[in-house]
Amino acid sequence: MELVVAGIIFAVGALVIYDSIRLGNRWGDDGPQAGYFPFYVGSLLCISSLYTFIRSVMNRLLAEESFVTRGQLKLVLFVLLPTIVYVAVIEQTGIYVASIVFIAWFMRVLGKYSWLKSVLIPVVLMVAFFATFEFWFKVPLPKGPLEAWLHLN
Amino acid sequence: MDEINSLMHGFAVALTPFNLMLMMIGVVLGVIIGVLPGLGGANGVAILLPLTFSMSPTSGIIMLSCIYWGALFGGAITSILFNIPGEPWSVATTFDGFPLAQKGRAGAALTAAFTSSFFGALVAVLLITFLSPMVARFALKFGGPEFFAVYLLTFCAFIGMSKGNPMKTLAAMMLGFAFAAVGMDGVSGTLRMTFGTEVLIKGFDFLIAVIGLFGIGEILQTLEEGLEFKGIQAKIDKRVVLDTWKELPKYWVTSLRSAAVGCFMGIVPGGATPASFMSYGIAQRMSKNGSKFGSDDDPQIEGVVAPETAAHAAGTSALLPMMTLGVPGSPTAAVLLGALLIWGLQPGPLLFVEQKDFVWGLIASMYLGNIAGLIVVLTCVPFFAAILRIPFSIIAPVVLVICAIGAYTVHNSLFDVYMMVLFGVIGYVFKKLDYPLAPLVLAIVLGDRAEESFRQAMLASQGDMRILFSNGLVGGLTSVALLLLFWPLLALGLKKLRGGGKGKPATSGA
Repeated sequence: MELVVAGIIFAVGALVIYDSIRLGNRWGDDGPQAGYFPFYVGSLLCISSLYTFIRSVMNRLLAEESFVTRGQLKLVLFVLLPTIVYVAVIEQTGIYVASIVFIAWFMRVLGKYSWLKSVLIPVVLMVAFFATFEFWFKVPLPKGPLEAWLHLN
Repeated sequence: MDEINSLMHGFAVALTPFNLMLMMIGVVLGVIIGVLPGLGGANGVAILLPLTFSMSPTSGIIMLSCIYWGALFGGAITSILFNIPGEPWSVATTFDGFPLAQKGRAGAALTAAFTSSFFGALVAVLLITFLSPMVARFALKFGGPEFFAVYLLTFCAFIGMSKGNPMKTLAAMMLGFAFAAVGMDGVSGTLRMTFGTEVLIKGFDFLIAVIGLFGIGEILQTLEEGLEFKGIQAKIDKRVVLDTWKELPKYWVTSLRSAAVGCFMGIVPGGATPASFMSYGIAQRMSKNGSKFGSDDDPQIEGVVAPETAAHAAGTSALLPMMTLGVPGSPTAAVLLGALLIWGLQPGPLLFVEQKDFVWGLIASMYLGNIAGLIVVLTCVPFFAAILRIPFSIIAPVVLVICAIGAYTVHNSLFDVYMMVLFGVIGYVFKKLDYPLAPLVLAIVLGDRAEESFRQAMLASQGDMRILFSNGLVGGLTSVALLLLFWPLLALGLKKLRGGGKGKPATSGA
C-alpha cells in the first residue's frame, strides 16, 4: 500500500510537471509564467515520493506490516460503498430522501434495529434537518421528486 | 495602554445579546462536535461556515471561533470517560485521564482538564491581546519577499518539527500546493491543470478538502476499531469541582510551563497536537511524581493538566499569526482564515487598521467564549457523554449526512460532494500511512497566496533568488526557515557528535 500511494503521488507530481511545462515554467516577458511555481511543486512531489518508495522497498525486505486486516477492510468498505452510492443518488432523489434511506440502511444492517425504528428515527431526523436548513437558515438543499410532490420547494 | 482601550471597545462589540446567544450556541455545538467521532474543530467549523454567510462578519467569527473553543473543551470528555480521544490533541489526555476515571475520579479529572484548558486559553488570549497589535504593526512593512519568507518559515517549520517522516510531510504539503494550483491562475488568468474539464476551473475548495479529509477519513478510521463505545459514568457536582480547584494550584509550575509550550507551538505552526505531547513529556520528566504518570495504579491529575493546558493554549494562540500575518497555525485556524476571505476580509496586518471592530470583537469574544465554555462543560458533562452512548450505527451515517450537507452548501454544488468522498478516501489512506494532514490543508489554503508573494518577489528581483536575503528582515526569516527545514538533519548530526549519547527518554506513547 505504501508503494502504491508513493507511486500515485509520483504520478501526480509527473502530471503537475507535464502541465507546468505546457504552460511554460520559465521566465516570460512579464515575469514568471503560470507554470513557474507549480513546476517546483511537481518536482518536489516526485522527489519525496521516490524517497518514500525506495525506502519502503528496502524496508520491505525486513518486515511487511499489513495495511488493514481483512475484517477491518470489510467494515470500512461496508461504510464506504454505501456512502458512494448515497452521494451518487442525491442528484436524482434529493438529499433528504437519500439520507433517510442511507441512515435506515445503516441502522438496519449494521445496528440490527427493528424495521420500525430504522425508518422512524431517520425520518424524524430529516424532518428536523429540513426545518433547520430550509426555514431557519434559509439554505436550500438539493430536493427531488418527493419534495416536488409535497410542494415543499 | 492602547490595547486595553481597544479591548474594552471589543467587549462593547461582543456583548450584544445576539452575539452572546451566538456564543452560547457556538460553544454547545463545538462541544458536541468535539465529542462526536469524525467531527472535529476543523471540519466542524468548515461545515457550519455556510450558515454564517448571512450574518455580519463579526457575529460570524464569534460563532465560529466559539465552536472551536467548544471543540477544544469537548475533546477532553471522550478522552477521560471513554479512552477515545475525540480530537487528536487530546490523545495525551487519555494517558492519565482514563485511568483516573477508572479509579472513580472521573469528576476530578474532568474538572482538572476543563480548568487547565481554560487557564491555557486565558494565557494565550492575553498574549494575543498584547502581542498581536505589535506584530501587526511590524508586519505592515512587509512586501512580497517578506511574506513569502513567512510562508516559507511556516512550511519549513512543519517539515522540521514533524514527528514523522519529513519526506512524507513534504509530499503531503506539495500535494496541497498542487491542489491549490488547479484552476484559474490568479496572476496571468491561464487555466492550469484542468485538462480540459469544466468542473475543475474553479479549482479545489479547501473547505471540501477539510470536510472530506478530517470527517469522512476519520469515520472510516474509527470504524476499524469496532462499533461499540464503552464509557464510564461521570457526574460533576459542586464539591468535586471545589476540591479539585483546591488541588490545582499545587501544579502552578506545570500549568505555566505547559501554557508557555502551548503558546510557542501555536504561534510557530506546530499545532495543538504536538504541543500536548511535548508538554506531557516535559511534565513527566520534571515532576516529582513523573514515574507515576500514565500508570494504572496511581495516575496523576498533573498528567491531565499538562497536555490540556498546552493544547488549549496552542489552539488559541494559533489565531495570532492567522490574524496578524495571514498565516494560520493550525488546520482550524486555516478554516477560520478561509472564512475571513469569504467574507471579503483580507487577513494580515491591515486587518488591525481597517477592521478594528472585527479584530477586537473577536479578541473580546475569546475571553467571553472561554468563560462560557468552561461553564457549559462543567455543568453539562453527563449530557455530552450521553451523546457518545448513541450507537455508532446511528452516529456514523448521521455524521456522514452532515458532512455531505456541509460540502454541498459551500457552493451549492453536487460535484463538491463527490470530491468530499474522494478526499475522505485520501484522508483515510494518508492517516493509515502516517502522512500528516495538517500541512496538506494549510498548503491548499495558502497555496495561491504563497505563490502570489513568490511571484511578486521574483518580479521585483527579475528572478534573482537572492532577494530572499536582500535585507536583514527577509534574510533573517529565510535563514530561520532554512534552519528549521534542515533541523532533523542537524539534530541527527548533533546526536552523532555527542556519541549517540544518552538514550532519549520516552515522551509519548503515540
